[in-house]
Amino acid sequence: MIYFDNAATSYPKPKEVGQAMLYFLEKIGASPGRSGHRLSIEAGRILYQTRESLAELFNADDPLRIIFTLNVTEALNLALKGLLQPGDQVITSTMEHNSVMRPLRELEKRGVEVKVVSCSPEGLLDSQNIEKSIRKNTRLIVLNHGSNVIGTLLPIAEVGEIARKHNILFLVDTAQTAGCYSLDIKKDNIDLLAFTGHKALFGPPGTGGLVLGERTDIKKLKPLKVGGTGSRSEWEEQPDFLPDIYESGTPNTVGLSGLNEGVRFVLRKGIEKIYQHELELTQKLIEGLKEIPGVIVYGEDQVKDRVAVISFNIKDKLPSEVGLRLDEECNIMSRVGLHCSPATHKTIGTFPTGTIRFSMSWFNTFEEVDQTILAVRNIARYV
Amino acid sequence: MKENYSVVIFYSTSAAIRAENLTKKANLKIKLIPVPRHLSSDCGICLRFNNEDKPKIEKILQDGKVEYENIYKI
Repeated sequence: MIYFDNAATSYPKPKEVGQAMLYFLEKIGASPGRSGHRLSIEAGRILYQTRESLAELFNADDPLRIIFTLNVTEALNLALKGLLQPGDQVITSTMEHNSVMRPLRELEKRGVEVKVVSCSPEGLLDSQNIEKSIRKNTRLIVLNHGSNVIGTLLPIAEVGEIARKHNILFLVDTAQTAGCYSLDIKKDNIDLLAFTGHKALFGPPGTGGLVLGERTDIKKLKPLKVGGTGSRSEWEEQPDFLPDIYESGTPNTVGLSGLNEGVRFVLRKGIEKIYQHELELTQKLIEGLKEIPGVIVYGEDQVKDRVAVISFNIKDKLPSEVGLRLDEECNIMSRVGLHCSPATHKTIGTFPTGTIRFSMSWFNTFEEVDQTILAVRNIARYV
Repeated sequence: MKENYSVVIFYSTSAAIRAENLTKKANLKIKLIPVPRHLSSDCGICLRFNNEDKPKIEKILQDGKVEYENIYKI
């Protein structure tokens, strides 16, 4: 079996991830931050270690400015709904996932102005177009770092600098880059970094978070939910300190203990090494696919500086039909359709049919790429 | 001989665990314990240390930017 659907959820995971989760269930079990006994304290330590690992990965100074959420969607909802008020303008791009577009369209109905800046059909953004869209009431810029459809990158460090210059906050959706592409909350000028645990960070589903940069004032970021935190129990008001203000209810300790091991794995391997491996796989796959008559690969012509997400179509064949044949006849797992990103497919000209997507991880091999090229060649043969 | 202890009370459990990390690195004899009932109605934990280490503890918390509510002798 060849698993090329890592942009949805990475599989397999490093073995330490499952081991840590089982260890937590069998040996620790307890709620962190609730009781004072040793198992509860140990649970709290594991959560803290997970924050420290993530802080190391993203070069964040303060582990307590990392807020855990269910996934990147929840982190983006927290940031967007917590920051934006009626009358504010928010700038985004046509490369966004629905995890950004849907909260923005909802906020639009409540009086937030949404400005969507166009990208080229190759998925590239000219950061000057962002700057030109800035108004007096612009409060936030939000961008998808790596495209979940065609793997191209948006120039976040450049846009972050523009945001700084105009005293606007900058939120980045790192769903496709955290764990496989170098990210530095300081160098990339990020004020709010939303990540998910279950993709390139190799954690289980149900883990993710929001990292707050120094410029983000928590007094201006409303929590998405309030409730029990284990702290300040005498109060019926939500605590006003980090991370408790944003973390109500018992957290996903089992999942986060796994995420910690996933992040440690990435740190041990090194982002640069992971990135190089994925880039070489991507280059080989794109070159191979492009040689097949009737196959159209979307995105930039040059294969450099991107993540391992590839979209293509076979002339006169529906993506769903190709996906089914890849699965049933070739044992290759892909994802077909619109990938929750209608805006991106409109940008690259594949709306509403969509594409077939292959997405790879550290665990994929060159042999798998060869086999996949051969499989697509066979399916495309009788066009 | 009876040891003389104090405790640092924190706003959040995460801060207490951070303080534990920092003080352990400094080789101080500390322990996270439940907050004594008479000090706070909170359900969290606090950092217990030997009274003589108070200046060192205060410096570590300050340098590490760990926010805390107060220090009490117990």
